[in-house]
Amino acid sequence: MNINATLIGQSITFFFFVWFCMKFVWPPIMQALDARKKQIADGLAAGERGKHEQELAQKRAAEVLVEAKRQAQEIIAKAEKRAAEIVDEAKTDAKGEGERILVAARAEIGQEVNRAKEGLRAQVVSIAIAGASKVLEREVDANTHNDLLTKLAAQI
Amino acid sequence: MSGEALTSAEYIRHHLQNLTFGQLPDGAWGFAHTAEEAKAMGFWAFNADTLGFSLLLGVLFLWLFRSVAKSATSGVPGGAQNFVEWIVDFIDDSVRGSFNGKNPLVAPLALTIFLWIFLMNFMDLFAIDWLPKVAQWVGSQVFGADPHHVFFKVVPSTDPNATFGMALSVFALVLYYSIKMKGVSGFAGELTLMPFQAKNKVVQVMFMPINLLLEGVTLISKPVSLALRLFGNMYAGEMIFILIALMYGAGWAMGAFGGLLQLGWAIFHILIITLQAFIFMTLTIVYLDMAHQEHH
Repeated sequence: MNINATLIGQSITFFFFVWFCMKFVWPPIMQALDARKKQIADGLAAGERGKHEQELAQKRAAEVLVEAKRQAQEIIAKAEKRAAEIVDEAKTDAKGEGERILVAARAEIGQEVNRAKEGLRAQVVSIAIAGASKVLEREVDANTHNDLLTKLAAQI
Repeated sequence: MSGEALTSAEYIRHHLQNLTFGQLPDGAWGFAHTAEEAKAMGFWAFNADTLGFSLLLGVLFLWLFRSVAKSATSGVPGGAQNFVEWIVDFIDDSVRGSFNGKNPLVAPLALTIFLWIFLMNFMDLFAIDWLPKVAQWVGSQVFGADPHHVFFKVVPSTDPNATFGMALSVFALVLYYSIKMKGVSGFAGELTLMPFQAKNKVVQVMFMPINLLLEGVTLISKPVSLALRLFGNMYAGEMIFILIALMYGAGWAMGAFGGLLQLGWAIFHILIITLQAFIFMTLTIVYLDMAHQEHH
């Protein structure tokens, strides 16, 4: 219980401990704590940013969807319009073609008729000659009466 | 109880005597055999038990913290690191709460004070006779000393040398930073120009001695109260443990009652030792904060 030189020894020990603690113990621990604090803060900030970005992406996705729907509608409208046009064109074309075919058929029919008439004409001449020869009971000279016969045939 | 022929008074006295190393009456250096011899050694003597235990505990604390500090990671902390970080965080919070200046010394100082004092106080919780008995056995068997003359106090903070050593060191820091932050004149002004102030220069000069007396008492009371508060608490606690231990020699009924008392007091003491370490630390921080503050 006496005050003695232990006092000095204790003070020296104390200062040494404090110095050691200040030099080798406190800084690394605080450094680790601060680093962790920073990591956590960064992590939270990153999470917040991610959330924000996700919200933005959702908004953007909704916009894209709306735009896509609009475009699809547009494309469908265009396609419908085009389809109607094609149908109309086809109708017009078909009508034209039909008429053309009709005209061609009519022309052919006319030609056929003419040809038939020609044939008939020729046959009528020979039939007439044959008939006439029968009537006259003699040979009709075709060359002599050719003019006459031709005029007759043309009248038929 | 130590020794068969020991009375209660002797037992108590034996427990309150440090193992003192100094110059014996015959001129040689050695351990004091009696309290009177220890007293006669004067100032230039050392309490080997106080110094030894405080050194041991301080080294234990620094070793633990240093080993954690070396492998400190900012990732997921392990068990030891978690524990150390918990303490460091607690100290850091205390320092941030009470200390407004900027000084890298204060927080490690507070940590050292808190843990060192806590560990020194903690020695109080070891059963009162264990370590002294071991010391007596070692003393008598190894060094051939009379077991009654082997004194051994295991709680360094029940030695006023330990508490005053720390308190005076803190006081030295307070003085150093007071002068460093405010200058000699600023510090002197703080001691002499407060709390009584006057516009009149002559009256102000007359106030100076009164102010110096008041502020001087305030200043001196800081280390004294620091040291005596810790010493008083621990000494009283130790005393109660000794008195309880005396009951073991008074029959089995008293012994059993003593055992209960010891358990209760030890549990209560856990609070006291922590609280005393915390108070010492907090007051140190506050005193240093005052030293750093420019006067308003």
